[in-house]
Amino acid sequence: MSRHLLSIDDVDAAEIERIFATAGEMHDVQRRAVKKLPALRGRTVINLFFEDSTRTRSSFEIAGKWLSADVINISAKGSSTSKGESLRDTVLTVTAMGVDGLVVRHSASGAAQQISQWVDVPVINAGDGMHEHPTQALLDGYTLSRRLGSLDGRHVAIVGDLTHSRVFRSNVKSLTKLGARVTAVAPPTLMPAGVGDWSKADGFATSYDLDPVLGDVDAVMMLRVQRERMSGGYFPTAREYAVGYGLTRPRLAMLRPGTPILHPGPMNRGLEISAEAADAIDQSLVLDQVSAGVAVRMSVLYHLLAGEEEGTNA
Amino acid sequence: MSLLIKGARILGGDPSDVYVEDGVVREVGVSTGSPAGAETVDADGLVLLPGLVDLHTHLREPGREDAETILTGSQAAAAGGYTAVLAMANTNPVTDTGEAAERILDLGRQAGLVDVQPVGAVTKGLGGEELAELGLMARSRAGVRVFSDDGRCVADPRVMRRALEYVKTYGGVVSQHSQDPALAPYATACCHEGELSGRLGLPGWPGVAEDVIVARDVMLARHTGSRLHVAHVSTAGSVEVIRWAKSAGIDVTAEVTPHHLLLTTDLLAGYDPTYKVNPPLRPAEDVEALRDALADGTIDAVATDHAPHARHDKEHAFVDAAFGMLGLETALGVVATVMVGTGRLDWAGVARVMSHNPARIAGLAGHGQELAAGAPANLVLVDPSATVTVDRDASLSLSRNNPWHGRELTGRVVATYLRGERTYDGRAAALA
Amino acid sequence: MTDAATDPPPGRVVLDDDDISRALTRISHEILERNRGAEDLLLLGLHTRGVPLAHRIAEKIAEVEGHPVATGSLDVTMYRDDLRSHPTRSPHKTDLPAGGIDAKTLVLVDDVLFSGRTIRAALDALSDLGRPAVVRLAVLVDRGHRELPIRADHVGKNLPTARAERVNLRLVETDGKDEVTIQ
Repeated sequence: MSRHLLSIDDVDAAEIERIFATAGEMHDVQRRAVKKLPALRGRTVINLFFEDSTRTRSSFEIAGKWLSADVINISAKGSSTSKGESLRDTVLTVTAMGVDGLVVRHSASGAAQQISQWVDVPVINAGDGMHEHPTQALLDGYTLSRRLGSLDGRHVAIVGDLTHSRVFRSNVKSLTKLGARVTAVAPPTLMPAGVGDWSKADGFATSYDLDPVLGDVDAVMMLRVQRERMSGGYFPTAREYAVGYGLTRPRLAMLRPGTPILHPGPMNRGLEISAEAADAIDQSLVLDQVSAGVAVRMSVLYHLLAGEEEGTNA
Repeated sequence: MSLLIKGARILGGDPSDVYVEDGVVREVGVSTGSPAGAETVDADGLVLLPGLVDLHTHLREPGREDAETILTGSQAAAAGGYTAVLAMANTNPVTDTGEAAERILDLGRQAGLVDVQPVGAVTKGLGGEELAELGLMARSRAGVRVFSDDGRCVADPRVMRRALEYVKTYGGVVSQHSQDPALAPYATACCHEGELSGRLGLPGWPGVAEDVIVARDVMLARHTGSRLHVAHVSTAGSVEVIRWAKSAGIDVTAEVTPHHLLLTTDLLAGYDPTYKVNPPLRPAEDVEALRDALADGTIDAVATDHAPHARHDKEHAFVDAAFGMLGLETALGVVATVMVGTGRLDWAGVARVMSHNPARIAGLAGHGQELAAGAPANLVLVDPSATVTVDRDASLSLSRNNPWHGRELTGRVVATYLRGERTYDGRAAALA
Repeated sequence: MTDAATDPPPGRVVLDDDDISRALTRISHEILERNRGAEDLLLLGLHTRGVPLAHRIAEKIAEVEGHPVATGSLDVTMYRDDLRSHPTRSPHKTDLPAGGIDAKTLVLVDDVLFSGRTIRAALDALSDLGRPAVVRLAVLVDRGHRELPIRADHVGKNLPTARAERVNLRLVETDGKDEVTIQ
């Protein structure tokens, strides 16, 4: 496995499966009375968050603690540029305290990759701008494969604000690596630039129209749409978006019975997902995703930090 | 004080001798004798060009003397073969008064390595709303003729129209940074909008945000009967519009940077802010169109947009890092490699786009002249076949944001002369 | 990430398949005797080769007692004290019976007892999983050279070895045949 997890590009299909297998073991640990494993005892992991995110930060924090690492949260929001300190300065200051791993969240695409070039410890990308969120994609894939078995040949629709979504960018890579067929659905204004050439090169489909896709999919992943996109002119009203691209009650009926529904959260009920879909028993995997998040992050932390200090892992 | 350059190929032609006295070319011919007391320069195999003129330089003084000063920028310019540079107005304070312009002129004279000609701001504080004191800057000792809000676009069509009208009085020109900020917001847009920006999740800077401003401005230039200069053209779309405008008789000129002639969007794949520049690096199709346009005269000039930045202003996340890259020392090598090496331009063509045309556009009488008796001895000697591997640490600039580091360029500046005085000795630099 | 060397070089055979079977039979009887029956008995195999050994012992006990014996598997990767000196290894499955390990007579089953560090890790793992009434240790081979104060309750064969020698155990379930070799 690569030294860092900056992007799904850093892991191949076999490594993803290995992360899933270890996550399965970690998942069992979550159900024990004593949830701690000693694998990272004496190691220090810093959650360096330049952007607020209670959910992802807590998930990484719990994952690190259950592996017995010392986990320190540093909120660096609004530092650097405004103080005249460069990002490199901030990161070097933090790592100079003596850390074994960095979990980095930043509102700017590419930040984790840049940081990995400045430090000599493994860096895990916990979301960089609109670029990637690899652990989210891994937990989505893990959740889906627990439900569906192998994802090879399965058809997954990813629906919503693709332009601004790091979850989309990571998921399209990991799902296709695992052999799934992906159809990316969004209005033209929320399709990423150059998606035509991109989808052709990477082998996924795109559609402006959700309805014809629904009857054919084995899973549907709804992405959060931020209401402020309306002022950016991406779509006129929440109502119109919900009618066009929301997983509404009538659309729920277009899915084959039992088709799993994923959402990375937080959900905008009534916008991209209806209450019926969000709460559909045995169909909505939203809470499974959250619980899988800890197991998958434990697995990632374990694989990147538990082994020998130098060199790449076998 | 006299100088005899022996055996130089003027504009790449047959070997010839050039005799310079008191800063002026006195004689050009084959068998000039060796006047007593003249310093003799053996220029066998070297190409002699008129001193280069840069329409677009950021010298950072006043305000950011940690990134560049007028002195260090002048040194870098002389090393690049330049004898005159136009210093952009986006300093702190902004060059938007006659006094500010005179100060830059004077600091340039103190440095004494190139003629530093200030560019005046179009609007007060580059705010885009009220016209700066264009007339007072024009009447000042600096005699400002080129006005630009570079870094910002004069986006308001009404302000642009008035500026074009107003500068007619002085034979001035508005050099426009063409970027519609609604389509490409200054604070975010940082990567050519296309497949790569989509993949990287970087906010897109679509080519059309440039095209629409160029199209609007050429129509305003026609309407006002004024002169428009399009700074750092980066798209095939702009080239098409400018080609049409010239054929329609509109008084428009245009420049292209060395980096837009060679570097492409894909360099951004590693999020290295060294390659962050405004306008952004474009795909190969645009680069090809720009080379064609420079060769056929649609684009008149090469201008560096030399934009030094302190290291800590580049060591941010890509979207937060400063825009711009160094260019003065490498421009000639890039043009020689890209245009001469491929047969698109001969050395006379290089002199046209890097000296004659920019001097004419800027109204600099002492520069870009024909190398004949009576012309000011602003000269550059170039070794056309020498290859140079660019080393950012060898730069005379204070900054190191050098996208050319490690690249091999053909064509090396051997010596630069400003009014007969040597301002750069490339042979000594090569030995150092 | 490969755990088992699939093709160990040939060495001197010290136990063949019959020897192994006899040793396991003896261990099974010892366990029953010591425990006075199979009540509350849980055989927990240590990955990798302790797991099939635990199952074989359980079968032998079941033959005698006439009813099945609870078995499970335990992975101690996360508890090892040498994690950091190797490339990261993926953990195996820890499988416990539905009733857990509380109040059980728990017999850890491993193939070769050497330094004792694996058993130390296993005891740590057990303390995170519950509170057995008794923990005992059964191994097929004890080759000596202990580095911790640990001993086995049931030993198939004591095998004097030099520290530098390698003891290789192969089992039908994992390697296609039963034998123990030294090289």
